[in-house]
Amino acid sequence: MTPVQAVIAKELRGYFVSPIVYVVGAVFLLIFGFLSYIYVVFAGTQAIQLMQIQGMAQINLNDLVFRNLFYSMRFVLLIVLPILTMRLFAEERKLRTFEFLLTSPIGIHEIVAGKFVSALLIYLGLLSLTGLVPAVLMLFSDFDWNPVLTGYLGMVLLGALFLAVGLFASALTENQIVAAFIGFGTLLTFWLISGLGALLGDTPVGRVVSYLSFMEHYDRLVRGLIDTADLIYFASGLGLMLFLTYRVVESARWK
Amino acid sequence: MIDVQNITKRYGHHTAIEDVTFSVAKGEVLAFLGPNGAGKTTTMRILTCFMPPTEGTARVAGFDCVEAPMEVKRRIGYLPETPPVYHELTVTEYLTFVGRLRGMSGSSLTSALDRSLEQLQLGSVRHRLIANLSRGYRQRVGLAQALLHDPPVLILDEPTVGLDPQQIIEIRGLIKNLAGSHSIILSTHILPEATAVCQRVVIINGGRIVAEDTPEQLSARLRQSEKISITIKTPPSDCEERLRAIPGVMNVFPGQDPGHFVVECTLGYDLRDELARLIVSQEWGLLELKTVSMTLEDVFLRLTRHEEGMSQPQEATSGILSAPEPSAREATP
Repeated sequence: MTPVQAVIAKELRGYFVSPIVYVVGAVFLLIFGFLSYIYVVFAGTQAIQLMQIQGMAQINLNDLVFRNLFYSMRFVLLIVLPILTMRLFAEERKLRTFEFLLTSPIGIHEIVAGKFVSALLIYLGLLSLTGLVPAVLMLFSDFDWNPVLTGYLGMVLLGALFLAVGLFASALTENQIVAAFIGFGTLLTFWLISGLGALLGDTPVGRVVSYLSFMEHYDRLVRGLIDTADLIYFASGLGLMLFLTYRVVESARWK
Repeated sequence: MIDVQNITKRYGHHTAIEDVTFSVAKGEVLAFLGPNGAGKTTTMRILTCFMPPTEGTARVAGFDCVEAPMEVKRRIGYLPETPPVYHELTVTEYLTFVGRLRGMSGSSLTSALDRSLEQLQLGSVRHRLIANLSRGYRQRVGLAQALLHDPPVLILDEPTVGLDPQQIIEIRGLIKNLAGSHSIILSTHILPEATAVCQRVVIINGGRIVAEDTPEQLSARLRQSEKISITIKTPPSDCEERLRAIPGVMNVFPGQDPGHFVVECTLGYDLRDELARLIVSQEWGLLELKTVSMTLEDVFLRLTRHEEGMSQPQEATSGILSAPEPSAREATP
């Protein structure tokens, strides 16, 4: 077992010993299930109305259920994921194990990578459980799997970016609550600047501002479009946040 | 094994340590003494590559702490001030994690784990969560962590804090056993500890090294007079003057109890014989007579509180003599 794997194993163990993963997991799955239910029922009522008017109904589950579901999950991820990452560095600093970790023969990049991967694994585990919803719907209806899969890709990429932002926030402070709030605040800001981008319209500044927000990149994936530009956005955002985390951890030693 | 040359560490305008130079040979135990905030922890953090010095160089086992931190970290076992334990893990899980961080695996990890559990007598709690352990056990788990990979260099920041007296004796014994094959730096507030386990003492105050020597030589070097403690059953009223009249006596101070006196004589004189003869011939009733050696406490207080006393010995001497508790305690068991 390499040192990075040791860090991952230890963090995963920490997640399952603390109540965080159970609470966060329960809330996440409950909301996902609840939203799925609402959108399916909504699609059902629409189908009945169409049936009454036209005598036959051809409803699109991709539009009525999955797209709405993926859009709604943006906000859920924004709330839930910073809670998943808040303890990763903050607790090390609070418990004074930070010094131990940095005096162990393991690089800071390995520590950051190990902690990020552990949070990502938890998130992917939760996400895979939500696969039950399309799996069940598949039994009773027809829909196009491609936009669903790109939607899931979007959730994975968006989640990874959010986790990296949360990890960065956790490295900034030794207070977990503060770390969570820095995470929320940062993510919400990047959400809201898409509104600013829309306001500025199709000007160079407006396009740059819109590009910075994760909204349009995620939206395209949810609509079933895989654009290299969007993948580059998520990859570079992730890389940048992990690099900033690395620098914060490195500089925390000097204080 | 450890070679520190002129290291200085500044935090902004605050200078934590300044121009610190010392070295530790292979197998030697060095005690770091100093009041809180003197710079002990800062020095240790530089040696363990937690942070780089502002100036100067620190080398451990021939590797520079700034240029080859990984090599240094592999050769060091470090116990910080607060034992670095994860509360959500059991003792075995924690030590396994530490071992894996250090690249150990398989049977070498298992045997190292068993050895350090035995060294620190943690066998009975090996499957308990660290969160449920007492302060003393956590401290020992922290020590086990530092010893796990059997490093040639051990850096221990107050290793016996939080332990009960029995455990303190055991840990000191352990440190003594490790000396010889390991180079050890330990910081402590407990001065008898330094005397008990260390060959050399470095006293640091205000970020500077104020003294460095063996405990015995430190006290000898700073002693300006011989002191003799005597207890007399029925001292006459002019007892002090009569004692002072003996050639070689510089001063006589009354002790805490009636009949107890501390006689200060010129360095190099042993006046016990003369004092005894006087007291016995006058039939005052001699109950006790012994020399008072300067304890490391005295040296420490003197150097850290009265560091200006190096140039003004009189002031420093009176500072110690005005509070002769150690000798008084010895005289009245």
